[in-house]
Formats: sequence, C-alpha cells, structure tokens
Amino acid sequence: MNMKKIGSGVLIACTLFFASCAPKDAEINKNVAENVQPVASGISTDVKDGVATLSGQVKDEATRTAAEDAAKKATGVKSVVNNITVVVPEPVVTLSPDDALQKGLNDIMKDYPGATAVVTNGEILVTGTLSAEKWKRLKMSLDALNPKKVDAVTLKIINP
Amino acid sequence: MALQEKYSDLITAAKSAGGIQVNELGGVLYIKGQASSAALKDRLWDLYGKADPNFLTGDVVMDVDVAGIGEGSKLKVTTDTSSLNMRKGPGTDQPLVGKAPHGGTVTLLSKTNDQWWLVRNDAGEEGYAYAQYLSPM
Repeated sequence: MNMKKIGSGVLIACTLFFASCAPKDAEINKNVAENVQPVASGISTDVKDGVATLSGQVKDEATRTAAEDAAKKATGVKSVVNNITVVVPEPVVTLSPDDALQKGLNDIMKDYPGATAVVTNGEILVTGTLSAEKWKRLKMSLDALNPKKVDAVTLKIINP
Repeated sequence: MALQEKYSDLITAAKSAGGIQVNELGGVLYIKGQASSAALKDRLWDLYGKADPNFLTGDVVMDVDVAGIGEGSKLKVTTDTSSLNMRKGPGTDQPLVGKAPHGGTVTLLSKTNDQWWLVRNDAGEEGYAYAQYLSPM
C-alpha cells in the first residue's frame, strides 16, 4: 500500500512538473534556436528542464564553440550539452577532363620537340629528354592545365 | 603526412602568402591561387625544386598566377629565341595575325583563359598569344 502511495505521489509530482516546465522549455528552445541559427545554420536544438542540447554538423571547431556560446546566452538556459560534431569537408580540387588536357597539350607540346606527353585518366605522363630549364617551363604549363598529376619520373634531364 | 613533411617549406610559404590554397588529395599536393608578385611565384617554384629536384616525382601540381596583371599591363615576351605568335583565336590551330619579337613588349587586352591572352604588339596588331611566354615587366 505504501508503494502505491509513493507511486501516485511521483505521478502527481511528474504531472505538475511537466505542466509547469514543458511550455517554459519550449519558450527557451525558441530563444536558443534564435541565438544559434545565425552562428551555425542547420543545427537542431532541444531544451529539457532548462538544459539545452545542440546537435548537428559544422565544418570547424570555432563554429562548434560559437554555437555553444550563443546557446548559453539564450534567456532561461541553465546549461548546454554540445553534441555538435565537426566534419571537415573534402578539399575541393579542380581537375580537368582528358579532352581538355589533350587540347592544352596540343598547344603546349609543339614547343618541346624532345619530349612526349600522354594523357590518361586525368594524369599527364611526360617522357623523353629536356634541359632542366625547358622542363621547368613545361612543368609550369602542364600544372596550369589542372591535371590530376604530372608524372615525369622517366624523363631525362640534361644540363646544357 | 609524408608529403606534408617533404614539402613543409613550400607549404608554409604558400599558406603564409595568402590567396593560395594548399590541398592534399590522393597522394598529390595541389597548390593553386594567386601570388602577390612574380618574385613570390619564383620563390615557391624554387622551394618546390629544392624538395623535389627537377620536379620529376609528380606529387605536386602547382598553378600559381601572379596577381595584378590586369588589362593594359605591359608584358615582356619571354620566348627562348623565336618571336611569339599572335593568333586570330585562342588555339594553335588558329591562323597567325602577327608576331611579337623575342624580348619585346606587348600590351595585355584580355585574359581569355589561363593559357591564352589577347595582346597588342608595337605594330598595333592584336591577337591571342600563349600566356606562358609573357612575363610582367
């Protein structure tokens, strides 16, 4: 019987608790979201008993910290649980397709009779013989075409 | 990581320059952007050459332009010995419309792309020339 009493007491306490807290949390959550969104978009926020939880992904640690600081400043927030993860985006490197590389090579290679260049899967393979100075200039030209790689390990360099 | 060590001097110089991006992808270091001066571009290529003599390994692709070469700039023709061909359009398949002498100067009219620039020579002829043979004065 005692247990039953305690049980109903807890039930009443919980009901009262939620009745008083739930709308307040919703209100706080609105404040948190308003503060966090300008700092880090795409972050979801949740508030329970005045404790704000942030989750989602950002691209650096500074944004993660800034989002937490913004959430702390929101009216009614007691503390912040920062579940935001930092995901560094893959580096963006512009690479030319083979036909664009081949077109560039046609223009460039006529000035380098000692060497041959072949394009395969975005890579340029250079073979033959060139002076160090000419090769440096050729390498600069080839790199400007945005190849994936310029392979010249078998190229013979002569110093005039 | 080995790449980062091998080219640490080059990476440091490129990153501290501003305006130049350094990315590593699939075992190749990509260094791209604009250098504030021709001297900086030369320095980057010197550092590259120190870490990888004669640039043969192929683990770096470096495409650094010199900033500030705008329309109206005077450019020096830096061919080996011959004069620089000026063409009707951007491509070696285009007909010749003029020539600029080795060591002479031309005026930049427009940068069509990284390879071909529209220039005017001293005779007033206008045509597309290969950018690699043009250097800022």
